[in-house]
Amino acid sequence: MKPRPFTYLAPTSVDEALAALAEHSFDAKVLAGGQSLAPLLNFRMASPEYLIDINDVAGLDRVRRVDGGWHIPALVRQRTVERSPELRAAFPLLPAALEQVAHPQIRNRGTVCGSLAHADPAAELPTVMTALDATMRVASVRGEREVPAEEFFQFHFTTSLEDDELLVGVTVDDLPPATSTGFAEFAPRHGDFALAAVAGVVTRASDGAVGAVRLVASGVAARPQRLTAAEKVLLGQRPTPDVVGAAERAARGEVDPTGDIHASADYRRHLVGVLARRVLTTIAEEGDHA
Amino acid sequence: MTAEAIAEAPVRPVEATPGKQPMIGAPVRRREDRRLITGQGRYLDDLELPGAYEAAFVRTPHASARIRSIDTTAAARLPGVIGIWTGADLPELVKPIPPKVSNPLLRDMPRYPLPPERVHFVGEPVAVVVAESRYVAEDAVELIEVDYEVLPAVSSTTAALAPDAPRVHDELDDNVAIHVTQVAGEPEEALRTAPHRLSERFVIARGGGHSMECRGVAARYDVGTGQLTVWPSTQSPHYTRNMLAYFYGMDEDDVRVVVPRDSGGGFGPKAQFHGEDAVIPYVAMLLRHPVKWIEDRSENFVATMMERNQVHHVEVGFDDDGKLIVVKNVFEHDQGAYCAGLQVPMITLSTLPGQYRIPNIHTELIGCYTNMVPTSSVRGAGRPQAVVAMERMMDRIAEHLGLDPAEVRLRNMIRADEFPYKVGLTFRDGSPLTYDSGDFPSLTKAVLARFDYDGERERQALARSAGRLVGIGLGAYVEGCGLGPYEGARLRLTNDGTVLVTLAATPLGQGYETIYAQIASDAMGLDMEHIAVATGDTSRIPFGQGSFASRTTVTAGSATLQAGRELREKIFEVAAVLLGAPAEELCFQGDRVCAGGDPGRSVSLRDIVQVSNIGKHGITMPRGVPAGIEVTSYFSPERASYASGIHAATVEVDPDTGQIKILRYVIGHDCGNVINPLLVDGQVLGGFAHGIGNALYEESFYDDAGQPQSASYLDYSLPSAIEVPKVELVHQFTPSPLNPLGVKGAGEGGTIPVPATIANAVEDALRPFGARITSLPITPAKVFAAMTATNHR
Repeated sequence: MKPRPFTYLAPTSVDEALAALAEHSFDAKVLAGGQSLAPLLNFRMASPEYLIDINDVAGLDRVRRVDGGWHIPALVRQRTVERSPELRAAFPLLPAALEQVAHPQIRNRGTVCGSLAHADPAAELPTVMTALDATMRVASVRGEREVPAEEFFQFHFTTSLEDDELLVGVTVDDLPPATSTGFAEFAPRHGDFALAAVAGVVTRASDGAVGAVRLVASGVAARPQRLTAAEKVLLGQRPTPDVVGAAERAARGEVDPTGDIHASADYRRHLVGVLARRVLTTIAEEGDHA
Repeated sequence: MTAEAIAEAPVRPVEATPGKQPMIGAPVRRREDRRLITGQGRYLDDLELPGAYEAAFVRTPHASARIRSIDTTAAARLPGVIGIWTGADLPELVKPIPPKVSNPLLRDMPRYPLPPERVHFVGEPVAVVVAESRYVAEDAVELIEVDYEVLPAVSSTTAALAPDAPRVHDELDDNVAIHVTQVAGEPEEALRTAPHRLSERFVIARGGGHSMECRGVAARYDVGTGQLTVWPSTQSPHYTRNMLAYFYGMDEDDVRVVVPRDSGGGFGPKAQFHGEDAVIPYVAMLLRHPVKWIEDRSENFVATMMERNQVHHVEVGFDDDGKLIVVKNVFEHDQGAYCAGLQVPMITLSTLPGQYRIPNIHTELIGCYTNMVPTSSVRGAGRPQAVVAMERMMDRIAEHLGLDPAEVRLRNMIRADEFPYKVGLTFRDGSPLTYDSGDFPSLTKAVLARFDYDGERERQALARSAGRLVGIGLGAYVEGCGLGPYEGARLRLTNDGTVLVTLAATPLGQGYETIYAQIASDAMGLDMEHIAVATGDTSRIPFGQGSFASRTTVTAGSATLQAGRELREKIFEVAAVLLGAPAEELCFQGDRVCAGGDPGRSVSLRDIVQVSNIGKHGITMPRGVPAGIEVTSYFSPERASYASGIHAATVEVDPDTGQIKILRYVIGHDCGNVINPLLVDGQVLGGFAHGIGNALYEESFYDDAGQPQSASYLDYSLPSAIEVPKVELVHQFTPSPLNPLGVKGAGEGGTIPVPATIANAVEDALRPFGARITSLPITPAKVFAAMTATNHR
């Protein structure tokens, strides 16, 4: 479990990092928290010729307020977001999901953006950022661009990042008024990758009916999956137990997971329904009390 | 955790010295703790061998294959590579490693350290690379081209026993490694005539040892002295030495095996001899240069022996009162590609009847060769599986007759006045299987009381009526422990006046430096601070077996007691001469021997050493003073002593997800007299964590082609602190009559009945569904499948 030889680069500015990425492109990997990359290197499943360590890059380690939302730059650790009073207040979904990510020691090192760029379809953060409709800030020597979460995650461990691009941060817009969120996952042990997880963001109209909803599942497809059929069931309805039950059935029906040694396809499908119900039930109760 | 003693206190096996605090039975904190807690522990990889080369192995990616050729040219050219050897390059090592425990019925197939032609499981080493660093060695491994002729493989006992199964070994006409049947009474006739019969098939997976420190070997050959020093991370240094002397044709005294002082655990697999153990010292001798190989976790997952699966077909016959008339159990054991030892299935074979009086018994083992890494003992060693077979059927009997499962157990238990109890079967050493001591009903009643069994049943009924799935499970067991052949202790008064206890057995974290000092302290009547303990070095004591099978306190403990008493006599013999006082009037006061309790008439241990050990060159010793204050004693138990216990659990199943939550867990444990209650509790609780892994989490998956599917901790679930619930302990102390300390093993009882107990509780929780739990570990996915299956019925 020793990595193949690589050349280690430690840029100190975003420009230097982008220059290194432009030069080495496909032959380079970016190291932030290293909680996924380091094992992949040691397993020799990833063998970049260049390792671009961005930990010395200035200006990427503080969450900041931006117009109508919050920006989380590339070096912000998961634990920082989990414990940030401002982010906890603005997006309760983030700590709810982050508490389920591995263990505190790992979250102390692991970055939010690192998990997003790694794009493990079973991971919590891609699912949550999809539910929050977050925007990825992507940069290269060619310029900057913005990518919505839903377009960013493409396949197992595959994003729309080009070989010379760096995910410099993720921006999450403030939630509209009368919005409730919820997260539920099922993992046999605490800290494991979930067999399935569901994140929900629901905005209620003045009559209590669902005005907008984003319901996203992980562990069931090659990327976070919007549960559009379940969302349709909810739109325009008050989330009564009957409606939530119908959404549960819709969610179960619209996912097509594969089975593996840990769980059959049937079981994962069943879990997505259960988790969708749990998320929606919490959201409904919260909304009703608001 | 709370502990409760139901007996008054352990019976004191050693008469306390007047005025001295007895140490046996005292909750002495471990001497090892300080260095371990402060990060000062020193493990194999901490060993500094300046300039040592590092090794890596080429391992077959195929479960069954013939090696056509191995091309090492590219790898050999890599800068930093020192040497590469294939099996064909080392004909001296093409000797079979004999099974650790054998049987005349075994159809033994040769297991080579580095097989030159034919490989039988994924991960089997086929070549070794020695390089300046492990990094370079792994780079070179990738450059070695092995041309394999891939052959069909079998990866379960079911596949191995199928009529048209591929053969694991071309030399055999089928895949049966061993077939043994033991019978007591007339089981077939009893089954025909029993008023009630029930049967079930259980598939029981057990995982690997997963010691935090993986295996490893370092070796240095001294050309000048011809001595080979080997540092393995092993439970059995003398076994390793004997095997190496056999492989290399060397005198045993020229092979010194030293186990590093600290160990990151063993749990069974490190008591076995693996091929790498023979290869690394050999290439160190060839190179005349130190070589180190530290197994990494990826290797540990595929190449270190594990316990894996058994399939049990069990049938019971009983009367209207739930009294057992007969049990018949036929089980398949996955032996892996080779038989490294038969200890696990032979233990399963004889553990079946457990705590019950059963007049007719049929227990039958079908051991199979499969294309997977050989199996070895893992804490529990074949017992948890037997306990599942027996204890699950006890619950089924209760269910069938509408009786309470605790009551059914009590009706069948061997009574306290029936010991020594002959089970009617044969133990693995060939002697009649005999339980030496115990009191099963009293411990059961104590556990039920602590558990508030009746109250738990009432709370269960309430929960059920509220739609919750709550279940209660019990699991009773016996553990044959303290096995022979022997273990020794060498006690010496060293030149600085310290009593040094040297053991051949080597600790894996059990606190030997503490408990053997406690035993020696009471044996000698000498304060513990003057006693030190050394372990794990074949040059310090010539004979030994090792630490495994919950045997060391019985064997090495009794040897220490005996040697301590004799050493005291020897020391007093010298003091008697020096003080001119009769030995009967002597006693220790601190580091001095006093006559008649008068500090004015005393000699120090250093004074005694000066006369007896150091002496004066050319000068005659005082008459009556023995030379060399040293005693070596060995203890050979006449047969196994039996520890026993019973666990009780309440669980709740989430009907949505199948998730299992343990609400209560009580452990009743009887390991005879206790040397150090803190350490016994630690053993029981650590063992319990292993049991939780076996019951709920751990499984080594292989696909049909014999490819490991759980080769990292991403796919293999060990329980962490969060998954191990609180435990309440109940202790009973029934001394064994088979050794002078009255002790029994404590290392595995925490593990053994956990899978059965939790399976019983989960099935009880699912009783409203009539769902059956027949496969372990019990994952939420399996619970969901069991509930769904009955829903569709």
